[in-house]
Amino acid sequence: MASDAPLLEIDSLFKAFGGVRAIEDVTFSIQPKTITGLIGPNGAGKTTLFNLITGIFPADSGTIRLKGQPVNGKAVHDLVKMGIARTFQNVELFSSMSVLENILVGLHSRTTCGLLGSVLKTPRIRNEERMARQKASELLEFVGLSDHADRKSGNLPFGWQRLLELARALASEPDLILLDEPAAGLNMSETDMLGELIQNIRKQGVTVLLVEHDMALTMRVCDQIIVLDRGRKIAEGPPRVVQSDEAVMAAYLGKPK
Amino acid sequence: MIRTDTHTIACIVFAAAALATGILIDDAYYLQVLIFIGINTLLALSLNMLMGYAGQISLGHAAFYGIGAYTTAILSTTYNLSPWLALPIAIFAAVTVAYIVGIPTLRLTGYYLGMGTLGFGMIVSIIFREWYSVTGGASGFVGIPPLEIGSFSFDTDQRYFFLVWGVVLFFFIICRRIVDSRVGRALRAIHDGEHAAAAVGVNTAAMKLSIFVLSAAMASLAGFLYAHQVFFISPETFSFLASIRIVTMVVIGGMASIWGSLLGASLLTLLPEWLHAFADYEMMVYGLVLMLVMIFLPQGLTRGIIDLYEKSRKNRNK
Repeated sequence: MASDAPLLEIDSLFKAFGGVRAIEDVTFSIQPKTITGLIGPNGAGKTTLFNLITGIFPADSGTIRLKGQPVNGKAVHDLVKMGIARTFQNVELFSSMSVLENILVGLHSRTTCGLLGSVLKTPRIRNEERMARQKASELLEFVGLSDHADRKSGNLPFGWQRLLELARALASEPDLILLDEPAAGLNMSETDMLGELIQNIRKQGVTVLLVEHDMALTMRVCDQIIVLDRGRKIAEGPPRVVQSDEAVMAAYLGKPK
Repeated sequence: MIRTDTHTIACIVFAAAALATGILIDDAYYLQVLIFIGINTLLALSLNMLMGYAGQISLGHAAFYGIGAYTTAILSTTYNLSPWLALPIAIFAAVTVAYIVGIPTLRLTGYYLGMGTLGFGMIVSIIFREWYSVTGGASGFVGIPPLEIGSFSFDTDQRYFFLVWGVVLFFFIICRRIVDSRVGRALRAIHDGEHAAAAVGVNTAAMKLSIFVLSAAMASLAGFLYAHQVFFISPETFSFLASIRIVTMVVIGGMASIWGSLLGASLLTLLPEWLHAFADYEMMVYGLVLMLVMIFLPQGLTRGIIDLYEKSRKNRNK
């Protein structure tokens, strides 16, 4: 793949719920190893767009391509295998399971052991399990939760739960990771740490697409910003350009056009 | 890894205890009760894999139990087939039915899945009762032969005791291995949050279906063991109430606990035996015991006993 071929291409995407046009003719592309911010007022269609990209529901029309491959209509778990991972706006951990186990579930798409394998416990399966645990420990170290591997994930403080969810998403070795308001509910120092972490994720070769209301964070970490308003893309470009865009100001502040 | 080791020790202790019990107990009544505990443990374990671990409720599990029992009864009695040939067919029948029923039903969640499986269980139970020419109808099916290997027959209670508890131990090991694996983690993940499980790459539909099928196969095996122990089966054993009893065993013993299946099955098998003394009030006391367990040990017996033990240890250390 040439370095300038986009990782994600979205072409004239439409999605309506009943009479409400949630996404209307949205087109953009994301270059590999970049951080893209998706912003817009409440109800602009950001989360809908996330759900379309991750296959939660299908688009009415238009195409989504990952590494040139169309992903429309594929099941959620197949998209994970193709390289799309995500986190949720309201952290969705497996709360009865330990921190380490959460990451091990995250490795599901990169491991193979089935029912029969788990019963027979062949050397190959034992080896796979050992590798998975090794990888999970590394990921815990990456987000700084190594000391809490055996704690029940539901008992972690909220900020750590966000980090754990991030590590769990990274476990599937994604090319593209979608973060839905990763800074929501975090305090300032936690948000700073998160910003650093997002940049470290990019350094590892993972492309990031994030929805975020914390403008300071978005402007600081993103290479590119896409602005949605009422389902339409109204601006796109580097943070500085978008910040001074008149349509964006109007969407946010209600200034007459 | 430590957990696996404790489980190995627990299994060895359990096997030794079962062996000693089988050798020492000579009373036909107690052996019978213990055999039923074993069969019920297998049933409870089968449902616990589905309900306790994967979080998918089934209110029709007795149907698979019945399919196992009736298939082997019909094949080995009406068609004179060896029970050992009837066994794979009985399991295959349950697996096929589970597969066909599971694909549409497992799309449902929560109460709706409960209703769906409830309907399924009722249909199967009506078939057992009404298909008179094949199942013997409401009056039951008589003359099921005992199990034999060559000239060795499992015709004494003691021999049957070892057969049943050998099977139970075998499934304890199998289920523990599944629970501790990638598959078991995916099941628990589905229990905690199905959307999140799919979002990290778990094929939730396929995973739920495969555990449903496994669960049905185990229940069918329990039915097989039951039929060749009592030689006579009738539809009530596999009715809606039987399904509820299996659910109760799982909940009382402890959801998502392999040993809980043993405790729940033991309590629910022994309780009616113990409560005979209450005569007319038997069912009231039975209900009361279940209520008290749920009020004071809401997580079930296993978790409850562990919590009590840890609390008393903490108090001692003070």
